Amino acid sequence: MQGAVSEHMHVVEKLGHSPVWVRNKGDLEAIRALIIPGGESTTISKLVELNDLYGQIRRMGQSGFPIFGTCAGLILLAKKGDGEVKRTGQKLLGLMDTQITRNAFGRQRESFEIELDVGKMKNFPCVFIRAPAITKTFGKCKPLAKFEKFVVAAEQGNLLATSFHPELTEDTRVHEYFIEKI
Amino acid sequence: MVKKMIGTTRLKEGFAKMQKGGVIMDVVNPQQAKLAEKAGAVAVMSLHRVPADIRAEGGIARMADPLVTGKIMEAVTIPVMAKCRIGHFAEAQVLEALGVDMVDESEVLTPADEENHIDKKKFTVPFVCGARNLGEALRRIHEGAAMIRTKGEPGTGNVVEAVRHMNVMNSEIRDLARNKHNNTFLERKAHEYRVPLQLVQKTAEMGRLPVVNFAAGGIATPADAALMMQLGADGIFVGSGIFKAGNPEKFARAIVEATRNYDKPEILLRVSKGLGEPMKGTLLESDREKMQLRGTG
Repeated sequence: MQGAVSEHMHVVEKLGHSPVWVRNKGDLEAIRALIIPGGESTTISKLVELNDLYGQIRRMGQSGFPIFGTCAGLILLAKKGDGEVKRTGQKLLGLMDTQITRNAFGRQRESFEIELDVGKMKNFPCVFIRAPAITKTFGKCKPLAKFEKFVVAAEQGNLLATSFHPELTEDTRVHEYFIEKI
Repeated sequence: MVKKMIGTTRLKEGFAKMQKGGVIMDVVNPQQAKLAEKAGAVAVMSLHRVPADIRAEGGIARMADPLVTGKIMEAVTIPVMAKCRIGHFAEAQVLEALGVDMVDESEVLTPADEENHIDKKKFTVPFVCGARNLGEALRRIHEGAAMIRTKGEPGTGNVVEAVRHMNVMNSEIRDLARNKHNNTFLERKAHEYRVPLQLVQKTAEMGRLPVVNFAAGGIATPADAALMMQLGADGIFVGSGIFKAGNPEKFARAIVEATRNYDKPEILLRVSKGLGEPMKGTLLESDREKMQLRGTG
């Protein structure tokens, strides 16, 4: 896929695991957990569709396979989008009981860093880049972190999503938390 | 860090990282921007005229009308970048006030200052700059650029200069990496490149540019994009190559696919077939025509 792939791979490697860069269907057979990175969600969703990954990732997610989405990944995991998602005809994986909004905090000029408590992880450095956010959780989804009026991290069993980019920091706690789901 | 921080180096360089593996397309109006978004561009670059037209029409090339750039921002959901002239910090201020996502301090436009580049650290908005070699790249990064692209030779449809610039940068970085424990060597290079030793050490340690590095300047076909990706580019800028082609939509899609699957010849074959006429392109006769020789300081 497109976006901050190598940054996630670097963290996974640092934690003692071997990362695989998923670009095509065959790559999905070799992995035990999937991270959908930050990047342009419009672009990533097109690539997911184009490369025929969509159905398989959806089935994997439904059957308990661990998936972690950051930023654009949080959008793709959601069940409900917003006007922008509709306008661009973006196809969501529809796995998490969340409604999201794209560019919740504004454009790049408004991008920001702040420390937040994420579940039991205190003072996690959160990097928000043209970030989306969760406007509503329902069903089985559990909010993990909030900022202003939005949920910015959430989990639902095997699924984890953050508005921010833990892969752009030295703090590996969120990745460790995700890897425990395997 | 209880308070919100904006405009940090991490945010600027992080924004560039989100573009990796993608194609950024030059557009001059909202219709072109929509076509680019639909074709899978990660971002669009707003400018008044594409480089091929700047060459053909002559005159002074300046920042695009902010009204048009604003309309492009309304038309698409992907990030919108815009070009300003080298050293023209007032144009950059206008673009920041408008709220574009990244400013390209670009040799494609007519330079406003032949001695100085913009002091990019003063801005909240991130910058991308062109470079022909490692020295230029590191000087721009030291000034605050969050992203680098090869200069190549804009508006020519000839990939040869982008290849040259990528090769030069790669070989200079390999040189640093080989000598990463040789402090005398690194000090000499820092002096030669006119940047702090720390930046040279970081580059040597990483074995690559410390920021995202795209290819630009002369990319006209899917195979051109794949070539640059295989030479180590993190992504692709296409200027005239799309909207000067016979069928922009086909070319845009094909270049996005080729950038994604740059190391898969069978996919490159499929996307290269039956695209119609690529941009005609032009061979330059003299150095005076070369945009890459602007802003080399």
